Formats: sequence, C-alpha cells, structure tokens
Amino acid sequence: MVDFSLWDILRNLILSARWTLVLSLIAFVGGGVVGAAFLVLRIWRPAVFDRPVGAYVQLFQGTPLLMQIFLSYFGLRLFGVQVSVWVSVSLALTLYTSAFLTEIWRGCVAAIPKGQWEASTSLALSFGEQLRHVILPQALRIAIPPTVGFVVQVIKGTALASVVGFVELTRAGNMIANVTYAPFTVFACVALTYFIMCYPISLYARHLERKLHVRGG
Amino acid sequence: MSVAADASHRPPIVEIAGLRKSFGDNEVLKGIDLKIAPGEVVAIIGKSGSGKSTLLRCINGLETFQSGGLTVDGKALLHDSAAAMRALRQRVGMIFQSFNLFPHLTVGRNVMLAPTLVKKAGRGTAEAQARRLLDRVGLAEKFDAMPDQLSGGQQQRVAIARALAMEPAVLLCDEITSALDPELVGEVLRVVESLADEGMTLLMVTHEMAFARKVSDRVVFMHQGRVHEMGPPEALFGAPQTPELQQFLSSLHD
Amino acid sequence: MTISLDFLSVLAQWPLLATGVLWTLWLTAVAMVFGLVVAVACARARNTGPAWIAIPVGAYVELIRNTPFIVQLFFVFFGLPAIGVRLSPATASVIAMVLNLGAYGTEIIRAGLLATPRGQIEAARSLALTETQVFTRVVLPPALKRVWPALTSQIIIVMLGSAVCGQIATEELSYAANVISAMNFRTFESYIVATLIYLLLAIGLRRLLNWAGPRFVFGS
Repeated sequence: MVDFSLWDILRNLILSARWTLVLSLIAFVGGGVVGAAFLVLRIWRPAVFDRPVGAYVQLFQGTPLLMQIFLSYFGLRLFGVQVSVWVSVSLALTLYTSAFLTEIWRGCVAAIPKGQWEASTSLALSFGEQLRHVILPQALRIAIPPTVGFVVQVIKGTALASVVGFVELTRAGNMIANVTYAPFTVFACVALTYFIMCYPISLYARHLERKLHVRGG
Repeated sequence: MSVAADASHRPPIVEIAGLRKSFGDNEVLKGIDLKIAPGEVVAIIGKSGSGKSTLLRCINGLETFQSGGLTVDGKALLHDSAAAMRALRQRVGMIFQSFNLFPHLTVGRNVMLAPTLVKKAGRGTAEAQARRLLDRVGLAEKFDAMPDQLSGGQQQRVAIARALAMEPAVLLCDEITSALDPELVGEVLRVVESLADEGMTLLMVTHEMAFARKVSDRVVFMHQGRVHEMGPPEALFGAPQTPELQQFLSSLHD
Repeated sequence: MTISLDFLSVLAQWPLLATGVLWTLWLTAVAMVFGLVVAVACARARNTGPAWIAIPVGAYVELIRNTPFIVQLFFVFFGLPAIGVRLSPATASVIAMVLNLGAYGTEIIRAGLLATPRGQIEAARSLALTETQVFTRVVLPPALKRVWPALTSQIIIVMLGSAVCGQIATEELSYAANVISAMNFRTFESYIVATLIYLLLAIGLRRLLNWAGPRFVFGS
C-alpha cells in the first residue's frame, strides 16, 4: 500500500474544489438570470405569472435537491438527449438556484413601500422606468445580504452532484478515502475545504446585513 | 384669491359624471358628479371613509372605477392604455400624505427624474428647472441633500417641486399636511397658497379648515360616498345646510 | 422516438415506497425532537453561557452551517469507524440529522430568544422564579412561537435533506426509489414518484407543524 501524506490528500482535494467553484458559479449566474426574469414577470403581470412562478418555487423548495439532480440526469437521457454530467447537473442546480433567488428577491421588492410605486406612477413613469430608476435600486440594497448568503447554499448544493458521478470536492473525497483507507482524515479535510470556501462568505453576508440595518435600511 | 370667476366660462378641466367605485362588495363612491374649472381651487372635506381620497385617486388613475365617466382636459380615462395613462399623469400631478420621495436619490435628482425620463428633457434643462422649482418652494440650498436629512415639511415641499416639474394642469393634494408635525404645516400651506394665487387648478383633500376657507373657491363636503354639500367656503362653513355637515364641522371643534 | 413512461410498475411497489416514507418520517421525527433539544441548549449557551462553552458551541454551529450535509453524513458513517466508532446506516443518519438541525436550529432559536422584551425577564425575576424557570416558563415558549415558521422551514429542509441518507443504504424513500429502479429499470419514473411523495410530505409536514406548534410546543 502506498503511503499518502496529508499534503497529498489536501492537494488533490483543493484541485477538485476548482470544479465545485466553477459549478457554483454557473448555477449562481444562470440561476440569477432566470430568477430575475421570473421576478420581473411576476411584478409586471401578477395576475398571469404569480401562480405559475409560485408553483415553480414551491416545487423546488419542497423537493430534495438530490431528487432534482437525479431527475435532470436520468430524465434528459430518457428523452434521448445525450448530455454530459456537467450539463445535467448545471441545469438542475441552475433551476434550483433560480427558484430560491426569485423568492428571496420577490420578498425584497415587496418590502418597498407602496407609496414608491404610487409616486412614480403619478409622475407618469412607465413600468420599465419605475423598475429601473425607483424600485430596483432600492430593492437591490435589501437583496444583497440574503443573496450573498445564498451563495453558500449553492456551494454546499454542488456536493450532491457527486452522487451522479460529477467529480467535484465531495466525489474526490470519496475516491481518495477509498484509496487511502483514511476516511476520517479525508472527510475531515473535505469538510475543512468547504468550510474555508463558505465561512468567509457567510461572515461577509452577515456583515452586509448589519451594515444595512445600521444605515436605517 | 383666484381666477375662478372667469374660469367658469371655459370648459371644465376635470369632469366627473356618475362615478361609482367599489372595493369588492363595499361601494365607496356612489355616483359622483363634479366639474372643475381651470384655475379653480377646490377643497374636499369629510369624515374618514367618506371616499375623499378614493375620488382623488380615481382622477389620476391610481384607482379604477366601475361605472361613470371621468374626463381630464377633454380626454376620457382609458385604464387599459398605458400610453393614455402616462399622458394623463403628465397633465395631473399628485402630492401624497406620506411624501413618497425616492430615498436613494438626492433632492435634486428626485425633482429631475420624471422630466428626464418622461419628457425627455436634457440634463442641463432638467437641472435648471429643478433648481428653479426648489428655490420656489424655499429649498434651493437642499439640492444635493438626501431626503432622510430633511424634515417632514421640507420633504413635502420637495414633493411639491417634484410634481410641479412635470408642469401639470391639475394638482391633486391628498391630505398633504396630515402627517406633519403642527409647526411644519404652515410652510407647506404657504407654498400651496402661492400655487393657488398663480392660477394652478388644485383639488385638495384636507383637514385644514381654516386654510380651505381662506384659499379655496369651492368646498365639497363628501359623506358616505356622495357629494353631500357643495359651495363657496363662506356658505359651507358659515351656513351649513345639512345636519351631517353641521355635525362634521362641530366635531372639528372638539 | 417515442418514450413510454411506465408509472404503474413503480406504483406496484407501493409497499417499498410506504416503508421508505415511514423511514423518512421516523428519521425526521427523531431528528426533530433531539435536534430541537440540542438547539435550545446551544442557543442558551451561546447567548448567556461563559466563553468556554459559548465558543465551542459557536464553532460547532459554524462548522455545520458551512459544510454540506452529505459530507457531514459521510464523516459520521465512513469517517468515525476509522477511530473505532462503527454505526449502522440508520444511526449514522439520525446522528448527522440531529447535529445538522441542532446547528441551524441554534441560530434560529437564538434570534427568537434575543427578541425577548426586557420587561418579561425582569417581571419573572421579580416574582422570585429561578433562572431556569425564567428561561423555560417565561422566555422560551414565546421565543419558540416567534420563530416557529423559520423552525418549521428548517425541519422541512432536514426532512428533504434526508434523501441523501439513501446513499449510505438507509432505507428511506430515496433508497426505496433506487431499489425499485434497480428492479424494473424505470429509473426516471421511480424518481418522479419519489419526488412527488416528497413534495406531499413537505406540504403535509408544514401543515402538521403549524397545527402542532401551538398545541404542544409553545402553548399559545
């Protein structure tokens, strides 16, 4: 049996953590775009879009992410679409992120007092102008802390991609644990690596939240 | 006082006929008939729940109504047409009880925003106009201040300047001093009085009876969703005809 | 290309699904009871305890909240045997879920405790209640009521997260779906059925907790 040093283990884990971060970025950016689109639709024509988008959110918030990844992975194949693990996992995480972000952001827009809508309407601003110049600038300020906080959720969510064979940090941990027969050390290192990625972001989100309330937001 | 005397010969700028509005099962406006002449200053008084604010908000389309007619400047209200509503709101401005200034913009930018976007005014023109209007309401030096640095009375005066920047033909004032501390009310009323003197058409829902008596050409007393009594201020305040108005006026003195 | 979806062969395995559901509910129930106890204790410790308790508790909370549940589960199930602690899949699952809910619950309950109006505590002390009584009778119930919606959401998150436990062969719902799909190769349909069941469980659990909270937890 080959002897593995702690440094060997860490080095391999950190290298595979790259893919965790890439996948997180794809999910967050993609999810952000889709989530923003749903948000605008929901504000623009509530009678039409509120129920469907609400159902979409309930679906993703009320089912396990693991199942969503499985369905994306096996479902696409079933419908004859031969896609790589990257695509199916990215799709699942993007839709998952979009549901959560659109709900977070909807809450932020709802927090804007009705008087802001009425004042800008009375000044003859169009819906687009209202959003762009009055509502979204204010909602953005409120939205940043919880959005930054959700980044941590996305990073943690990528760990489930390992179950369908996507090689990121957790999968690497599994493989290395099998090879080194040192699961305690390896999984401790995996946890530590996630912690190093996530904790600073959590702290930053908390800092932003405090700053927001101090300014009387 | 105002130019209402010869204004009555010109076509009405706001014409309301048989307006009915309900919130669900609750009928709040039960058939309003009202004609406002250009340059007229009209005060609308009444108990809370009488439909005063709702009527005002129907005129600039913030509330829709179920039946009846509402024309502003000869054009009927078309709720379904966003373009028509935008055109309406360029003719009709509104000041709110809670000011509703945009907190993330400076005072100057608050005033400049709508002219820049809606009337496509150039930044230089809009800025010059904003400075002029802020000077007019006595707040020239606050151009770069943020709204939360201002007192309530100052914020409301900025709101007036902001509405005036769109050069409206009619200004709707929805209890604009009700949320102010008593010592700040005067500065706002002075601005409104000067607008009245200049011939602006004003529709004010107000509890400031002394002010209404002094400045308005006509007072409308609303009760349970109807125009109950209407007339010049001396008549309405001096010799109220109906028991409801008498009771309302006496309750104010308690 | 025509796709034929066959849900009947999945639904025919309803005993397996039912077993899975029962396991999921059982895991969640145990995790909830012990997790809330841990959360209350840790919240109290972090708020009012001495530094030598509060800091380790804080470290535990931050560690759990900043690492994925699946890694926590793997550590408990695969990692602990290396230092001599061998656990069954079910036990490992429960422990991981308790630690997980405990950590998230700590922060939620902490917020609820911190929102206690000063006057409540002062009044209780003036009535000569012991500190423990002040906490359990006067401070905790309203705090739990305050944060019950957030706590409910977290319990549901843990219930949905239990799907991962199937990966270490705990016989909960996702494992049942895996077994069924291995039997009839209807992988997609199995997962659809399981997902819909999870959705129903989530909706049902929320209703149940909203109903049970006032009755059994914080006596409104």
